[in-house]
Amino acid sequence: MSTLTTNYLTPTGREEAWRFTPLHRLGGLLDFDVAVIEGQSLAPTNSLPAGVTFSAIAADGFESEYQPSDAAVIRGREVVSQISLLKVGKEIEVSDPIFLQRQGGENSPSFSRLVISLEPHSRATVVIENQGSVTLGEEIEIRLSAGSNLTFISLQEWERDAIHMAGHHAIIGKDAALTSFEISVGGSLVRLLPTVEYSGPGSSAQLNGLYFATNGQHLENRIHVDHNVPLAKSRVNYKGALAGENARSVWIGDVYIRAAAEGTDTYELNRNLLLSDGARADSVPNLEIETGEIVGAGHASTTGRFDDEQLFYLQSRGVPADIARKLVIRGYFSEILNLIGIPSISERLMDRIDTELEKVGE
Amino acid sequence: MSTLEIKNLQVSVAVEGGFTEILKGVDLTIRSGETHAIMGPNGSGKSTLAYSVAGHPKYTVTGGSVTLDGVDVLAMTVDERARAGLFLAMQYPVEVPGVSVTNFLRTAVTAVRGEAPKVRTWVGEVREAMKALNMDAAFAERNVNEGFSGGEKKRHEILQLELLKPKIAILDETDSGLDVDALRIVSEGVNRVKENSDLGIMLITHYTRILRYIKPDFVHVFAQGRIVEEGGPELADKLEENGYAEYVTA
Ligand SMILES: Nc1ncnc2c1ncn2[C@@H]1O[C@H](COP(=O)(O)OP(=O)(O)O)[C@@H](O)[C@H]1O
Ligand SMILES: [Mg+2]
Repeated sequence: MSTLTTNYLTPTGREEAWRFTPLHRLGGLLDFDVAVIEGQSLAPTNSLPAGVTFSAIAADGFESEYQPSDAAVIRGREVVSQISLLKVGKEIEVSDPIFLQRQGGENSPSFSRLVISLEPHSRATVVIENQGSVTLGEEIEIRLSAGSNLTFISLQEWERDAIHMAGHHAIIGKDAALTSFEISVGGSLVRLLPTVEYSGPGSSAQLNGLYFATNGQHLENRIHVDHNVPLAKSRVNYKGALAGENARSVWIGDVYIRAAAEGTDTYELNRNLLLSDGARADSVPNLEIETGEIVGAGHASTTGRFDDEQLFYLQSRGVPADIARKLVIRGYFSEILNLIGIPSISERLMDRIDTELEKVGE
Repeated sequence: MSTLEIKNLQVSVAVEGGFTEILKGVDLTIRSGETHAIMGPNGSGKSTLAYSVAGHPKYTVTGGSVTLDGVDVLAMTVDERARAGLFLAMQYPVEVPGVSVTNFLRTAVTAVRGEAPKVRTWVGEVREAMKALNMDAAFAERNVNEGFSGGEKKRHEILQLELLKPKIAILDETDSGLDVDALRIVSEGVNRVKENSDLGIMLITHYTRILRYIKPDFVHVFAQGRIVEEGGPELADKLEENGYAEYVTA
């Protein structure tokens, strides 16, 4: 239980960072009169391979490598006393994915912190599985030492009443590479901040995302890539679809190329597919460039409607409209899902998307 | 034995400020085993006829009837028409991103046959059909019509014709965009299906060259939204010589 004396963080909705978020739906996570608890329900589902450890460490005395600016993350730091630490040792290469599962079910608003740390020249895939009902504020700090390589997959397969606000911040070292997948197919309100900074040249980030919002869901992704070192690379590719009354998505893609970041190579892309009239997708790419000495910088954002010609083509081959629709949407998302490279997860997500789509009509 | 009967078909499309009539009363009967060439200048309404029979939502039928073996086709949804035995090879096949040819073919065949094909025989069946159309096996893993050349799109349409085995097929300018070799391969595909299944064919074309490979039993000249002249194969020779000038009034 925590009591906080300050409430200077509580957003009013006028802030740039909060202008798209329905503040009355945060479940008390940023209401400093509401008591919150520490949630520690993340756990590995399989036994960890040699060289990989998962432990709880005291937040007191733990030194984070960055300064958060998000209110939910800052509040989490005030609340959480025990941090989960997943560590992959030097030169350890883990081929099988490491699954960390979080089961919802806590009634009170709760906060959790995880640190994923890859030591030099290690390689791993980490899958965070979020299911159930929660009101959760979450911070994940990802530290990639020189030459390490992480595939980070965060699956938001929440029940429809879940509230999830998260900061997922990566610091990518020299010649290290992050590939991330932020997948949101559940929840009432999900607000993710996948943010990246670099700590050495030759580093790269491939940030992928997928969201499917249906009736009344608010799914928000605020990406921030800080090109603060020379010769780093970033690619952002998020795809969303929306169906049903008041389905809502927000995608913000902020990329900063600082004066020191010569040789930067960046491109970001967001695509949205609107399946019904009552849905709304906001998409705001934003590129700020302080040096002209770069390899490339670009962005694109598209929002389109469901293509009836595709539906007609499939139906003209005997495929009933509802199956045809699913096939088209599966096709649309397959680009991202195939990249995940774990067929059982892609299949599970596709099934969930099918199920959510079926419910839209009801 | 099947019969597609089109009677006095009138079709309009929505344009700014109302509707414009494109088909002005089309009568045409196609039976199993018959090949009907529909020949006419660009813009005469040939594709409109094809799409209307297939049920494209853009086209509004304002009069007349279409029946397949006496059953009202116009009352059916697009997919019901296909399952009833109608097939449209499109002039401009549609891209379906992210959906592989294999997945697409299997889904379509499952829908039309009413059950999923047996895995073991299915793989062979597709492979054979593709080989016969000179299609590389890797083609099956590509996404439907995405990045296909004109010729690949048309082969893919005829591949579906072979696998779906319809009663009546409408081939809308299947010859356009094909070089001589591709035209021969595609035509042989159509002829093979016809031999094996007694297919009835509505062969829509602008030019006579495909008729060297697919022999029509009847030729219908189409102009300004209706059939203006009918005859046997000899009518195509006349068109070859004189073009459509005499049918098009300014
Ligand atoms: N969706 C549409 N909206 C407006 N006009 C159309 C539409 N589709 C076809 N048309 C018009 O109808 C006429 C016939 O077109 P079409 O059936 O494509 O002819 P063809 O296939 O013989 O070249 C043309 O004048 C064309 O411009
Ligand atoms: Mg045409």
